Amino acid sequence: MSLHIQNLHATLEDGTEILKGVTLEVPKGEVHAIMGPNGSGKSTLSKVIAGHEGYLVTGGTVTINGDDIAEMSIDERSRAGIFLAFQYPSEVPGVSNANFIRAALQARLPKGEEIDAVAYYKNLYAKMDLLEMDRKFTGRAVNEGFSGGEKKRNEILQMMMLEPQYCILDETDSGLDIDALKIVAKGVNAMRSPERGMLLITHYQRLLDYIKPDHVHVMAEGRIVKSGGPELAHELEKHGYDFLKEAALA
Amino acid sequence: MSYEPTTAILDEETHEAINIDRTKGDFTFPERHKFDAGRGLSSKTVDYICDVKNDPQWVRDFRHKALKVFLDKPMPTNWATKDLENINFDEIRYYLSDGEKPKRSWDDVPPEVLETFERLGIPEQERAFLAGVEAQYDSEAAYSNMKEELTKQGVIFVNSTEGLKEYEQIFRPWFGKVIPTSDNKFSALNSAVFSGGSFIYIPKGVKLKQPLQAYFRINSESFGQFERTLIIADEGAEVMYMEGCTAPKFETATLHSAVVELVALKGAKIQYVTVQNWSSNVFNLVTKRGLAMEDAEVRWIDCNIGSRLTMKYPGVIMKGERARGEVISIALANTGQHQDTGAKMIHAANNTTSNVVSKSISVGEGRSTYRGQVHIPRHLKGCKNNTECDALLINSHSRTDTYPAITVRGNQHATQHEASVSQVSEDMLFYMQQRGLNEGQAMSLAVNGFINDLVREFPMEYSVELKRLIDLEMEGSVG
Repeated sequence: MSLHIQNLHATLEDGTEILKGVTLEVPKGEVHAIMGPNGSGKSTLSKVIAGHEGYLVTGGTVTINGDDIAEMSIDERSRAGIFLAFQYPSEVPGVSNANFIRAALQARLPKGEEIDAVAYYKNLYAKMDLLEMDRKFTGRAVNEGFSGGEKKRNEILQMMMLEPQYCILDETDSGLDIDALKIVAKGVNAMRSPERGMLLITHYQRLLDYIKPDHVHVMAEGRIVKSGGPELAHELEKHGYDFLKEAALA
Repeated sequence: MSYEPTTAILDEETHEAINIDRTKGDFTFPERHKFDAGRGLSSKTVDYICDVKNDPQWVRDFRHKALKVFLDKPMPTNWATKDLENINFDEIRYYLSDGEKPKRSWDDVPPEVLETFERLGIPEQERAFLAGVEAQYDSEAAYSNMKEELTKQGVIFVNSTEGLKEYEQIFRPWFGKVIPTSDNKFSALNSAVFSGGSFIYIPKGVKLKQPLQAYFRINSESFGQFERTLIIADEGAEVMYMEGCTAPKFETATLHSAVVELVALKGAKIQYVTVQNWSSNVFNLVTKRGLAMEDAEVRWIDCNIGSRLTMKYPGVIMKGERARGEVISIALANTGQHQDTGAKMIHAANNTTSNVVSKSISVGEGRSTYRGQVHIPRHLKGCKNNTECDALLINSHSRTDTYPAITVRGNQHATQHEASVSQVSEDMLFYMQQRGLNEGQAMSLAVNGFINDLVREFPMEYSVELKRLIDLEMEGSVG
C-alpha cells in the first residue's frame, strides 16, 4: 500500500517540461521529505499528483495502492485519499470554515446519508483544541483575513478532519513563526499512523526538526537526485544545495 | 449553446437531482377556460375584460386611458435591450379564466388547479408558516384565504377585483398613485388589462406575525399575466408579503407584467419578498414602488433566478421625515437569461435613509445588469444613501454591466457607493476540488458564499429554497 510515482514527466501548457522523470514511493506508515532549491519542481510535483489542470502529464504514472489515478478528476483523487496542504491556500469568501469542512466530508458520504451535526462539531472542536484554534474560527470565512499562520493551521485542521491516506504538505513551514510551526508540527505528528503516508515538501531543514522524516529526497531540475535517511537533511543544511549542481550534471 | 445539463458533464446523482427540480414547475394541465379574450390587444380586448369582471365604470375608463398610453409609448429600447422587440403583442392572450370566484377552501378548488398548487407545496407552506395565501392561476385567483383572527382585526386580503369593488373607499385613493399609468410602457399595459394580484389593508397598529403569501402560476401557452397588487399599511402597522411564481416552459414566449404599489403610512413597515423563478421563456417586466411616510419603512427583498428577460427596479419614495427605504437584491443569470434589475431611491423629505445592496451572478452566457437611481434634491438635509453592488462572473462568456445614477444636490447629505466585479478563480476552484467537492458543488459553494449575507434577509423557509435552487442552477451549468 503506497503512493507510487514512477518516471513522471509533466509540462506546462506551453510545453515547458517541469518534471523530468520523477520516481518516488511513499508507503503507508512512512514520512518522506522532499527538499530542494526553488524552481526544482517540488510544488509542481504536488499539484500534478493532485490533478491540477494547468499541467500536462507526458509520461509515467501515479498510483494509489496500485490503482492508476491518471483518469481521475481532482475531486476523485481527493476522495480516493490524497490530501494537499497548500503553500498558498485560497480564500473562499462568505463560506464559513465549519460549512466548508462539512461540505468536504459530506462529499465523501453515499447519497442520502447526512453528517451527524453533533458528532461533527465534537470532532471539529477536539481537533481545533489540539491546534490551539479559537472557537470563533468555525464561523469565519475560509482563509479570509487569516494570518499566514492561521492559514497553515487551517490546512492541518482540514487534513485532520478528512483523514486522508496520503498527505502532501507543500512548504507548510513557510511564513510560520516558531510557535506556529510547533503547533502545526504537533498536528502533523498526531496524524502519523501505519495507515497513512506523508510527503513533506520543504525548502528548509527547520520543519524536519519537528517532524522527523523516515526518508529524505533531494529534488533538482525536475528529478530526484539524491535519497537518504534523515541525516541527508542535515547535510543539506550544512553544505547548501550547491553540490546538487554537480549531482544533476553527473 | 444550451444550458440544459447533459449527462456527459455530470455525475448521475447530480443529473438526477437536476431533472427532478426542473420538472417541478414544468408541467401543464389542459386548458378549460370559460373566458378567453383571444389573441392580440385592442379596445375590444379591454371591454371584454371589463365585461367579464363586471368592472365599475371608473375602472373601465381607467383601462381605456391606459391602453392609449401603452399604444402611444415607444419601447424603451433606446436604453434597454433589443430583446424587447421580440415580444409579439398580437400573439399574446390577455385574459384567461374559468369564471369562478376564488375559493376560501382548497377543497373547493378545481382538481387540476389543486394538484398544481399541491405540487408546488403551497397548501403545505400555508399550514406551516403563513397568515394567508392567495393562489393565482392564469388571470384569476383560484384560492384566497386568511386566518380568521386577522379578519377579526380588520385585515383585508383579497384579489384586486374584489378590492376595487368591495373596498373602493380605501382602494381607489391609492390605486395608480404610487405608480402612475404613464410611468412606463409596461405599467400602462398592466393598467389596461390587469387582473388578479392582491389588495391588502392592514389597520392601524396591527402587526402581522406571520407573512402573507401570493403565488402566481401560469398554465397556458402564449399567455400574458398582468396581476396588480396594492398593499396599504396604516399607521404603525407591519406586514411581510411574499410572492413566488412558476410557469411551464413553452416554446413560445410568455409575458408577465405586474404592477405593485406599496403604501406605508406613518410609522408603518412593509417588507415585500420575491423569489422569481419563471421558466426561461418568460419576459418578466415588472414595476414595483413603495411610498414611505413619516418614520415608515419599505423594504424590497428581491431574488431573480428565472425568466428569459427580467426588467425590474423596485423603488421607494421617502415622502415623510425619517422614512427608510431598502432594496436587497440577488440576481442569477444563466445562459439564455438577462437579469436587468436595480433600485430607485427617491428622497423627498429630510433625514430620510436608503440602502441598496445588489449582488448578481452571471453564469455561462448569462447577462446581468444593475441600474440604480438615487435622487436627493437640494432643498433637503440629513439624507443618507448607501449603495453596494457586487457582480460575480462564473466564466469568460458572461457579462455584467452597472449603471448607477446618483443625483445628490446640496451638501448636507451622506452617500456612499461601492461596486465590485469578481470571478470564481481557477485557484479557488482547484482548492475546493482538492477537498473532494466536484466542480458543481465547488461552484455552488462559492456562489452561496458570495450571496450568503443577503440570503439571510429572506425568511427561513425561503432561504432554504433559495440555496437549493442556486445549488441546482450551478450544478447544471458547469462543464
